[in-house]
Amino acid sequence: MRWGVVRFPGSLDDADALWALGQVMGQEARALWHKDEDLGGVQCVVLPGGFSYGDYLRCGAIARFAPIMKSVVRFANDGGLVLGICNGFQILCEAHLLPGALMRNRSLSFICERVNVRVENAATPFTCAARQGEVLRLPIKHGEGLYVAPDDELRAMEERGQVLLRYTDAAGHQRDAANPNGSTRAIAGVANETFNVFGLMPHPEHAVEAALGGEDGLKIFRSVVMSVERKPAAASTAVSSRSSI
Amino acid sequence: MLVKVLVTPRKGILDPQGRAVEQSLKSLGFGGVGEVRVGRYIVLELDAPNVEQARETVRQMCGQLLTNPNIEDYTFEIEPKEAGSR
Repeated sequence: MRWGVVRFPGSLDDADALWALGQVMGQEARALWHKDEDLGGVQCVVLPGGFSYGDYLRCGAIARFAPIMKSVVRFANDGGLVLGICNGFQILCEAHLLPGALMRNRSLSFICERVNVRVENAATPFTCAARQGEVLRLPIKHGEGLYVAPDDELRAMEERGQVLLRYTDAAGHQRDAANPNGSTRAIAGVANETFNVFGLMPHPEHAVEAALGGEDGLKIFRSVVMSVERKPAAASTAVSSRSSI
Repeated sequence: MLVKVLVTPRKGILDPQGRAVEQSLKSLGFGGVGEVRVGRYIVLELDAPNVEQARETVRQMCGQLLTNPNIEDYTFEIEPKEAGSR
């Protein structure tokens, strides 16, 4: 399938995402420039990690207004798959494609470590290659990953199954010590109501080869491939409606 | 005109910076310190025909960019000083 990885000024993990998709997974993956508006017929857009526009004002607040984001929002509203990793997650929240926001870590320190996240809903295009309740080991590296949302919104999100990943210990138990940044309800990744937009703080693209310390990140990308190949008609409809813009 | 926007984390939203400052103040021995919240102060020059229109423009600025309405509140004041007359 065709992937596009958006490159903002200040993006850091775009090359790693392209490597993971192109070299490791053999996917067709191309970089998308933040000043362009054409998504080039890709079937999934990845917003990578980094410090887009220097994280000025708030993380993701400026990137949200990049020309390419107009197309990403339209693509998402048409049902296109959008995956936001770390800074990409922050951008998706700022663009209102995902609920909630990400604030400074509870410790106020930048955290760079490997964490465990439990798959809370394996029936989505981003998690279907994993088992329900499976614990994935993925790296995090962020200063602002504390997820917050209003209480009523959180309750509704939980009921709809929009919380896809939660920080746990290696055995899959939720406990405060296993919550690296203090996120509300230990939330590590959330989807929108229609499950075609997903944001997560951990970095699946940094966990795609044994040499990197683990391959659990592949499950996220493989899920997307599986879901696109499972319903080719829906995917091609989304692509054709895009190419007319 | 000179616009001064004060952005603060919404009450009830976890503010890790405010909490750290609160604890530091207490550990320095400042008694009577209650909840601390750390925000942002933005000063901008704005060319607008009148204060009323400036107000509306600033509200739009806050809604679209200067604040995140999910987690932040804001107040602002406008000084009707002519922009560029420095």
